[in-house]
Amino acid sequence: MSLSMEGIRPHYPDYSNAPMQRHFSPYADNGGSVVAIAGDDFVVIGADTRLSAGFSIYTRDQNKLFPLSKTTVLGCAGCWCDTLTLTRILTSRMQMYQQEHNKTMSTVACAQMLSTMLYYKRFFPYYISNVLVGLDNEGKGCVYSYDPIGHCEKATYKAGGSAGALLQPLLDNQIGLKNMEIIGDSKLTIEKATNIIKDVFISAAERDIYTGDSVIINIITKEGIKDDKFELRKD
Amino acid sequence: MSILGYNGGAMVAMKGDKCVSIAADKRFGIQAQTITCDFKKVFDMGPRLYVGLPGLATDVQTVMEKLRFRKNLYELKENRTMTPEVFGAMLSSMLYEKRFGPFFVEPVIAGLHPTTHEPFICNMDLIGCINQPDDFVVGGTASAQLYGMCEALWEPNLGPEDLFETTAQALINAFDRDAISGWGATVYIIEKDKVTVRDIKTRMD
Repeated sequence: MSLSMEGIRPHYPDYSNAPMQRHFSPYADNGGSVVAIAGDDFVVIGADTRLSAGFSIYTRDQNKLFPLSKTTVLGCAGCWCDTLTLTRILTSRMQMYQQEHNKTMSTVACAQMLSTMLYYKRFFPYYISNVLVGLDNEGKGCVYSYDPIGHCEKATYKAGGSAGALLQPLLDNQIGLKNMEIIGDSKLTIEKATNIIKDVFISAAERDIYTGDSVIINIITKEGIKDDKFELRKD
Repeated sequence: MSILGYNGGAMVAMKGDKCVSIAADKRFGIQAQTITCDFKKVFDMGPRLYVGLPGLATDVQTVMEKLRFRKNLYELKENRTMTPEVFGAMLSSMLYEKRFGPFFVEPVIAGLHPTTHEPFICNMDLIGCINQPDDFVVGGTASAQLYGMCEALWEPNLGPEDLFETTAQALINAFDRDAISGWGATVYIIEKDKVTVRDIKTRMD
């Protein structure tokens, strides 16, 4: 006996009055991780260079750090097309500020502007984990982290992006010295911060498939922005 | 969130030099509401064999009782102690029996072989797929945080004291970044001739 087709009529969309539904998915998750650590007179930010979607890798060499001024850098992870749009608008806003006020926008002002720009798209957000770093008006290192709709938090260290959950507790322990009883009064140096960033990315690359290939590090001091790069596992 | 994360909880087991550790948090909650801070999730199944069951609290206790029953029956019938490998295989097949209506637990096993004292750790998913690495295993709602911590802190051939410190730091810092795990922790260090159980004070928020 065959499966009964009684009661089931074929559906012809052209002869139907039912409303038609169309789909559009404007977001992609292209992965990536950003880690930032601030010191007394410097700030270090690192981002991996893997750009991926699902199980495929688009490129192994994509810089996700965007210098906005001589003392400000933005790290982005998430939807790459949104990152491109946001950073394009950000750089033009930086230029407009420069030409209107005849001075470069400070890191603190930039942090506030980013928050406003993200919230402006409250109901169709930029799907990005942003970490903004720089030197404040006193020359002190600072880190600002954002959610996709512009909530802003100032911190001294932050891990964001696809491996954020893996890395943040490690930074709590190693930089924030959480749950440590014997704490030596060793000051955070550029070398120490850079080495911790390298270590945490090696750990993240082991377990997060969206993080790997290599890491680009920017070291921001009053002398300017210095570039550094090192390799991660590529599988 | 899935049923696995209904009660919250974090768990980790690590291999050391002639020793193993297993540690878990002590919270029992219903979603975001904490009910007790002395909930037992790690159970002794023999002098050097421990099983941790993160997941749905009701299944934690059911699975623990079923396991204890089956293990006791095996030891009475065979007149020999169960090895961690056999215990793992038994639990795995027990979970797979319920393939389409599973117990919502992700077990972690840590122990030493009863005669050779060879360290053993493994974990499995809720339907019994065994993972048996030679470094560490994690489970529960803070598993992402635990992977990050363990991957950075663990190193080969840790002695019992260093293994305790590594396990405790990995667990505590991981569950401090998870809203539904924490509220105290218990660490078991299993050695050839002793098991050390330490209850650790942690932040309670």
